[in-house]
Amino acid sequence: MSTAFAPAPAGTVPSHFIDPAAAVARTRPRATIADTLSQTLFMAWRTLKKMRRNPEQFFDVALQPLLFTAMFAYVFGGAISGNVQKYLPLMIPGIVAQTVLTTCMATGVQLREDLDKGVFDRFKSLPIARIAPLAGPMTADLVRYLIAGGLTFVMGVIIGYRPGGGALGVLGAIALSIFTGWSLAWIFTWFGTIAKNARSVQGLSMMILFPLTFLSNAFVPVGTLPTGLADFVKINPVSHLVSATRDLANNAVISSEVGWTLLAGLVVIAVFAPLSVRGYRRHM
Amino acid sequence: MTATPAIHAVGLVKTFGQLRAVDGVDLDVRQGEIFGVLGPNGAGKTTTLKMLATLLPIDAGQARVFGVDVAREPHRVRQLLGVTGQYASVDEELTAAENLWLFGRLQGLRSTAARAIATRLLAEFALEDAADMPLSQFSGGMRRRLDLAVSLITRPPLIFLDEPTTGLDPRTRGQMWDTIRGLVAEGCTVLLTTQYLDEADQLADRIAVIDRGRKVAEGTPDELKTSVGNSTLQLRLAPGADEELARQTVRRVAGAEPVMAPESGQMNVPLDNADAAADVLIGFRQAGVPIASVSVAKPTLDEVFLAITGHGTGQAGDQDAAERAATADIPLEVK
Repeated sequence: MSTAFAPAPAGTVPSHFIDPAAAVARTRPRATIADTLSQTLFMAWRTLKKMRRNPEQFFDVALQPLLFTAMFAYVFGGAISGNVQKYLPLMIPGIVAQTVLTTCMATGVQLREDLDKGVFDRFKSLPIARIAPLAGPMTADLVRYLIAGGLTFVMGVIIGYRPGGGALGVLGAIALSIFTGWSLAWIFTWFGTIAKNARSVQGLSMMILFPLTFLSNAFVPVGTLPTGLADFVKINPVSHLVSATRDLANNAVISSEVGWTLLAGLVVIAVFAPLSVRGYRRHM
Repeated sequence: MTATPAIHAVGLVKTFGQLRAVDGVDLDVRQGEIFGVLGPNGAGKTTTLKMLATLLPIDAGQARVFGVDVAREPHRVRQLLGVTGQYASVDEELTAAENLWLFGRLQGLRSTAARAIATRLLAEFALEDAADMPLSQFSGGMRRRLDLAVSLITRPPLIFLDEPTTGLDPRTRGQMWDTIRGLVAEGCTVLLTTQYLDEADQLADRIAVIDRGRKVAEGTPDELKTSVGNSTLQLRLAPGADEELARQTVRRVAGAEPVMAPESGQMNVPLDNADAAADVLIGFRQAGVPIASVSVAKPTLDEVFLAITGHGTGQAGDQDAAERAATADIPLEVK
């Protein structure tokens, strides 16, 4: 390929001669809400394009629910609920919560890797809302939560789970998990903006994720736990998500647990979205 | 001219821990000029540029771009400038056309307009054939061009170019220079950093020399070069020649202090005009100092630096080193 390129040839250029005074007059003091939304969507488009080009990054999202659902059902089913069939309504919502949380972690790790790329310098120099480069990839990640949540229920149904809440209940449960996943992802996005490298984001996230998922009612009934632990399990937001998901999927009931879960999600966004933007601004 | 300066910066400071990377730099860039910021690696050129481009917070001092305060109204400033960095800041996982489209849309263009501008810029930078190619197949020069094209989507009145030709082959470098001149013909103002005196000389209307975070000189390329001497006599003494005698001879005949380049065993003598070279050579013959090779060259950045700051750039400018290695006087040295 030729590397010759045409310098804008002398005669043809001043089709629009640049007028700095006019350019200054055209500037706007800040990005409007509408700008922010559209910029976030274009950033999401960028991430989706990349996802389509590297489908292997969906392996973990797809594999984990399949593997964990089968494994947990057959290993713990007999011990905890007497048999696998009885365990499934208890466990499937737990796996959904766990999978969604793991997906959140991937959001933070990938953001950290992305931040080191030259293109982020460009994003910073552009007159766009500072939150757009962070919110864009997270919005694209809604696809991952959908795959993760959906596949868990599909796998459950394959091994004999019959959700009492019917299709609507299950859809409600998936929608709630997606919202919760998206809101919790802001915590890991914040880690992504302040951590030294992707590995430390991963390490930090694991240390938070494991206690949160296992010290919850995700896989065992709370009644079987010692008192101190049971108290923590009751206030753990993951327990609320799991209970809410059970209520929706098994009984099609919009319980107070659903309300608590939504509230927890909103609180997390209100705290960690501004922190993330601040971390991103300071980065470099 | 009474027009608002493109850049007006006073006392810019940036510290990283103990290091004052930029230590009180003033800059005034007029509308429509190419202003060169010249200095060695680590002098604070890129840091200065990043502060002006809102990419780094300004620790002390003040900067205005077309009258708009950089610290107070960064969002406005970002609408007035395009930044092309030392390392291509485009998305490696998108194609050239997708990059141009994305950055157009992010800056508020409608889809059809973004596509039209992308097509025009791809043509202008001879990237049409590569429009849908993955960037991993791009050469360094193609990346740079795409990077510059992305900066030009909204036709901002001010363009920052951070070492735009570092790492490019001479032909591509010449083409990049033509492109930069074309920008100014359109009414753009260009702030350019470079390590190459040659590049600043070719392109810049005015140059600021930055060293260790401070501005040590400013002027037109001619003013700068005259302050160093117009040419340099480069000598390589024959093996066994008396180096001290050679130094004394240079001092006596040319009235200048010779500069030794230890890595090449070369002696450089700054001269006001090339004619004085003959006097130095006659002086050597009379004093009985044998010479292996002789050439007369324009001053290098290293010499400008030595003259202005009293110390070298701390690096053999890679271009000069390559030129020296390529000269045919190496066999003579062996004799």
